[in-house]
Amino acid sequence: MAAATQRLNVMGNDACALGAVAAGCRFFAGYPITPSSEVAERLSRELPKVDGVFIQMEDEIASMGAVIGASMGGVKAMTASSGPGFSLKQENLGYAAGAEIPCVVIDVMRGGPSTGMPTRPSQGDVMQARWGTHGDHAVIVLAPASVKEIYEQTIRAFNLTERLRVPVVVLFDEVIGHLLETVELLDPATLDLAGRKWAAGPRETYLPYAQTDDLIPAMARPGDGYRCHTTGLTHAETGFPTQDPETVERVTRRVLDKLTHHRELVESYEALDTADAEVLVVAIGISARAARRAVKSARQKGVKAGLFRPITLWPFPEDRFREAAAGAAAVVVPEMNAGQLSLEIERLAPAGTTVSPLNRIDGEPVSPLEIAARIEELAGHG
Amino acid sequence: MDKPDAERFEIRDYLREELFPHFLCPGCGHGMALRALLWAVHELSVPKDELAVVSGIGCAGRLGAYVDANTFHVTHGRPLAFATGLALARPDLKVVVISGDGDCLAIGGNHLIHACRRNLDLTCVMLNNEVYGMTGGQASPTTSETRYTTTTPHGNIEPAFDACKLAEAAGAGLVGREVTLQTPTLKDLIKQGIAYKGFAFVEVISDCTEIFGRKNELGSSPEMILSQKRSMRPDSYGNKVDQPFRPNAFPTGVLARNDRPEYAETYRRHAASVKSAQSGAG
Repeated sequence: MAAATQRLNVMGNDACALGAVAAGCRFFAGYPITPSSEVAERLSRELPKVDGVFIQMEDEIASMGAVIGASMGGVKAMTASSGPGFSLKQENLGYAAGAEIPCVVIDVMRGGPSTGMPTRPSQGDVMQARWGTHGDHAVIVLAPASVKEIYEQTIRAFNLTERLRVPVVVLFDEVIGHLLETVELLDPATLDLAGRKWAAGPRETYLPYAQTDDLIPAMARPGDGYRCHTTGLTHAETGFPTQDPETVERVTRRVLDKLTHHRELVESYEALDTADAEVLVVAIGISARAARRAVKSARQKGVKAGLFRPITLWPFPEDRFREAAAGAAAVVVPEMNAGQLSLEIERLAPAGTTVSPLNRIDGEPVSPLEIAARIEELAGHG
Repeated sequence: MDKPDAERFEIRDYLREELFPHFLCPGCGHGMALRALLWAVHELSVPKDELAVVSGIGCAGRLGAYVDANTFHVTHGRPLAFATGLALARPDLKVVVISGDGDCLAIGGNHLIHACRRNLDLTCVMLNNEVYGMTGGQASPTTSETRYTTTTPHGNIEPAFDACKLAEAAGAGLVGREVTLQTPTLKDLIKQGIAYKGFAFVEVISDCTEIFGRKNELGSSPEMILSQKRSMRPDSYGNKVDQPFRPNAFPTGVLARNDRPEYAETYRRHAASVKSAQSGAG
């Protein structure tokens, strides 16, 4: 168990920065953007204290590149951004996915598309976080719903990315990013921090992208004598480019299969009153907090409501959702976009279940009253 | 004259020959540029294990894979960004960037000027062949005016960048240019760049014989590199003398120096003072 050292009242973005430092992040590169700048600002103060590097780069693309460069050097690294900046990160995020370079990307969601509403919250990046970069690729997306959870999930993001060599996005809306709540800081010495699997053994037999049982190849640290090649081109186990169809299929499949293979490690969710729920609410971030209140008030009125909250948004905890939705006649999906998470729920909901999207695209959070009203409406119809 | 075997430069010691045959077209100048780079590495006694080569996309970017070192072939235009992270995280490595004119000056132009401004200890070797060769010969930011490419079928109407002037203006610590034919001189220039504590920018005038040369009827590779050599201007002559007689003359050698504190050292000194202020306050 990790030991608490200090209780602090901080905003989500600060908690994110503190979680990163606790997780061992020693490199941050970023570019100013609302509403995520506080993550960078905090790290510009924190990282020098722990012999880490903070650098403000010339743009979002360079920030992502520098983060991957630092990680290729063996240092835990992170960047943070929002909407337009997150779009620019996608190019090099794809490189990290393809070359399997650990990295953490924070996306504090604001209104979009384009410059959108920089100071207003949104949950419009649900699909971009999963499919933002081109090509088939693996990515993990964590969606914390409180300041405390931002702290914990940022630590977990590092553990997952270092262990699995899959880029991890920590996705939360502006409301949570700027919310002030209490966090118990954990003593890094007592944290269970995952390290990277480093290459050991003779260079002659080492394969940078070997097909191992756990599907995670050991990484060669520059300077350790392996002198490997890393490329964004599709590569064989040797690390060198290939277009041989069999090899391409095999190496691409391994990367995609990693998350299925390690599902238990990756998956996380919260299920509240789902066992007998007739109306299930599925939500993330601030919408999930409104939903929690709505579910409680519905229960007080005798409506069997429940909440399923994916903490790991991608890969979506499909089986856990199906279990939670098994007895539900209807599923409400409140979200601050025109309908993104609801698409996944429509795909997964048992046949005959009504999926009821509840969307706000006006830069305002979905209120508990709106969700409660929808629950009651659906319960009445049920 | 004969050097002992251990000191003699043998390019095969630095190449991943298992990847041969290489992908370069016959007559391409990039091979000579790579030779000069590896020769410089050899003469500086940089251990291969401590050498990191970060390269972008294009013909120049592909060269990195042939180097028996820690090689990183990254995204188009971004090698300087990746190298910045790598060099800051790992000051024990010698980080060299290989980029092309399109990679470095077009899609990566922003990274170049900021790398120059920051003065982190990196060496950027930019191979300038005036064209996007790998994608089939489109115009680049260094394509000379009036030249034909697959995207300037009626002749290029855009002026070309002077990469060295750009790097100098942006504050690069060391700026230089050389042609591939002068391989030993190019080696010496790259050596100076790698040994320099700060950001060094080296422009290599290379030739794309197969695509650019053929399209513009510039002759064979020897003809192209000899014409490059004829265009070199010894440092003692000024533009006033050159212009009427040699309108395409370009200066070579070390063209600018701007000695100032190196970025990583400054950062670490700054961080140390933050820490000591903290412990003093605590």
